[in-house]
Amino acid sequence: MHILKHTSFDFLRWRWHAIAASWIVIIAGLVTIATKGIPQGVEFAGGTVVIEQFERQVSVQQVRDALDRHYSGGGQNTVVQAYGAPEARQVMIRVPAVGSESGTSLSREAQQVEDALRQGGLPGFQRLRAEIIGPTVGAELKSKGLWATALSLVGILAYLAFRFQFSFGVGAVVATIHDLLITFAFLAFFRYDLTLNVIAAILTMTGYSTNDTIVIFDRIRENLRLMRRESLRDVINASVNQTLSRTIITSGTALLTALALFFFGGEVLHGFAFTMVVGIITGTYSSVFIAAAIVSLWPSSAPARAAAHAPAGLGAAPAPPARRPGAPAAAAPPPASQPQRRSKSPRKARAS
Amino acid sequence: MQQNLRWKLVTILVVLVGFGSVGVYPLVAAWRGWTKPAVLLEKQLKLGLDLKGGVHLVLRVNTDDALRIETETEMERLREELSKRGVTFTNVSAPDPTHFRVEGVPPAQDALFRQVVADQNLTDKFDRTPAVNGTYTFTMKPNVQVSLREEAVVQARETIERRVNELGVTEPSIAQQGQGGDQILVQLPGVTDVERAKGIIGSPGLLELKIVEQGPAASREALVPGGQVPSGMEVVPGVSGPGDPTGTVYYLVRRVPVVTGRDLRNARPTLDENNQPAVSFTLTTDGARRFGKATGENIGRQLAIILDGKVQSAPRIESRITSDGRITGSFTQEEVQNLALILRSGALPARMDYLEELTIGPSLGADSIRSGVIASIVGLLLVILFMLAYYRLSGVNAVVALIFNLVILLGLMAYIGAVMTLPGIAGFVLTMGIGVDSNVLIFERIKEELEAQRGVRAAINAGFSRVFWTLVDTHVAALISCAFLFQFGTGPIRGFATTLFIGLVSNLFTSIFVSKTLFELALARRRQVATLSI
Repeated sequence: MHILKHTSFDFLRWRWHAIAASWIVIIAGLVTIATKGIPQGVEFAGGTVVIEQFERQVSVQQVRDALDRHYSGGGQNTVVQAYGAPEARQVMIRVPAVGSESGTSLSREAQQVEDALRQGGLPGFQRLRAEIIGPTVGAELKSKGLWATALSLVGILAYLAFRFQFSFGVGAVVATIHDLLITFAFLAFFRYDLTLNVIAAILTMTGYSTNDTIVIFDRIRENLRLMRRESLRDVINASVNQTLSRTIITSGTALLTALALFFFGGEVLHGFAFTMVVGIITGTYSSVFIAAAIVSLWPSSAPARAAAHAPAGLGAAPAPPARRPGAPAAAAPPPASQPQRRSKSPRKARAS
Repeated sequence: MQQNLRWKLVTILVVLVGFGSVGVYPLVAAWRGWTKPAVLLEKQLKLGLDLKGGVHLVLRVNTDDALRIETETEMERLREELSKRGVTFTNVSAPDPTHFRVEGVPPAQDALFRQVVADQNLTDKFDRTPAVNGTYTFTMKPNVQVSLREEAVVQARETIERRVNELGVTEPSIAQQGQGGDQILVQLPGVTDVERAKGIIGSPGLLELKIVEQGPAASREALVPGGQVPSGMEVVPGVSGPGDPTGTVYYLVRRVPVVTGRDLRNARPTLDENNQPAVSFTLTTDGARRFGKATGENIGRQLAIILDGKVQSAPRIESRITSDGRITGSFTQEEVQNLALILRSGALPARMDYLEELTIGPSLGADSIRSGVIASIVGLLLVILFMLAYYRLSGVNAVVALIFNLVILLGLMAYIGAVMTLPGIAGFVLTMGIGVDSNVLIFERIKEELEAQRGVRAAINAGFSRVFWTLVDTHVAALISCAFLFQFGTGPIRGFATTLFIGLVSNLFTSIFVSKTLFELALARRRQVATLSI
């Protein structure tokens, strides 16, 4: 079974359009963040903790549902926990702080929580306590997380520059930064809270994006040895086409799971799943339209011929396949001596 | 070849049973209500605060302690400086955490006294009020008090975080709380020994090494006749010895410590020369220099090891010691473990009181948990169905590899004591959805090779060997970013990096080794293979 067979789309033809479109989304995102900010979850912003004594037994779910529906900015922002033994009928509710505020709003927020509970039709309750609570995740996590991400990008750049070429490293890293910006833009557009889960999704998505880019780069590197007469542009196009069905299947399966989480996972997983859905789409898109485009646009000395880019004998480059359908490579005879067939043991050689 | 294949199968089986018994068996056992064998159930995956709840503690930081330490330190500095510059006075005392008083400065020395105070920059932090008879009262400025209190709570919070981390509890929830901001809320999932956790979190953990001037003595009076403690000295109680844990002895020690817990670089449990549990420590470069100087100058004297204001032991200094030392005393094995942990995570800046201690329920309702788990299962099934539909029999291969991946991941996570949260489960499923990429890469390559009119065996071999370096590149790049995230990230980011690392290694193993072996197994029986269901 094949999803796609022997395609030969001219992907690079659209690179400028794609780059322009990306810029528009990124700038719109940055403007949104600058004007409205990214709302932060209770983990980052801190907020108010209210402990209520209920007259009758209520489930955490009931309380959560009431807050979801009637507390402004409820949903995944709130933390609801049974406080002590269930028989005590006490519930602890944490809601995030709205803007910068001090003790004066404490009773107002507690009041809003109680209004939401009342609107949700919950039985009688009495406030035991209301307190201000600080963030569970300090500013340290944000600054260190940012540093860690930045340094890991530098690490990836160095690795790819070593294994491929410098321009490939730049392409992959720029594509990943692009994906981060796009994801933040969408988080800002759709007003999702920045929570630890969203951060985890962002990190996962970063890895996914790099992975996707490297797979395509790998094929470009392989084809650069095979298609010495073609222009770099043709080599890149051929490589993207050859890996296209793999790209679609992989992003498809990843997207399937992310969508399942988004649609069936409930309020709690919404932010996480949303980030992943955006991340997978942009990660796949950027591998072709940003990463490969940057490699094609890189001002190297005489980039017109693929031969100029062929790696100078990095042992890792896999052997050229005999014939690649759908690729212009069909015209180019494979080199007579196949360098380094990676047959790992004599046993396998016999098998063939 | 048969022999080789057999060994591969054995390896795979061992891995499956090994990880399965750690990761999967406890889950099944918990579901079916089995309780044996205990060895396997001990290490099982713990559920997070959102799925199962946990222990809820609220501690109050005695921020007065931080003020008192500051006041006393400044008072001691002034006392020393006054003595050095020849200013006489009758008494110096600190009646409460924010005040100290100097009494009986003669009028003739008043100007000099003011000069000394000014030289010490004391008025940056304290307001000076003169009174009759050469008495001066120093009151800590309100803004200094506020910032010291805030600092103390922040430090306490950080120390608690480190201790919780050292306890091996992941996914805790720690926050400042309360109107005054002096309370710390700590929620811990999956903690079985609550008392130990409480003890470790709340223990001050202040280590001081001080030179002994005199002692041990049975009573305070025996050390300082008349109750007049010499200047720069203090009397510290201590445990009398291994034979008599209840008795108290007293030591007269120099007030200024040689080194403190802050100078430690590391601490770990060990045994002393009598095979008694002890804690060995390594000092920082700066600490080692001071320790070397002090021990070199005081050979033959005793060195008091003071933990939270109590002398644990006072060994005689035999020679100059620099970077490494050992804390001995009458400790049990468990106390030594706890002490090493506390010393590693640093001292608390103030005493702590427990205000609340209770268990709390899961922060997610049953419905939320159910929908999250269902969504995860649906996601996983969708991937499995797709792989089967698209790759047919080879899809079975991919699905087996995927299940293997799942088992290894669960096993390793259980082994390192990870805590499962709902987003963690979702992330798990997502990892599976992304992880099949390795199989897809290989299968698509095999398809290409088949189209190039290769034989089935050759196509499979070529598929695996050509994709091998792609997989190496993608995985190494990911491992690099993993290493940076672990090295420079904190708490949850480190946890994420750990999980990612495990996922990558497991994925590499299953997609290359397991999947390849399965192909070989399927082809081993047949001599001529014309078609491959892919």
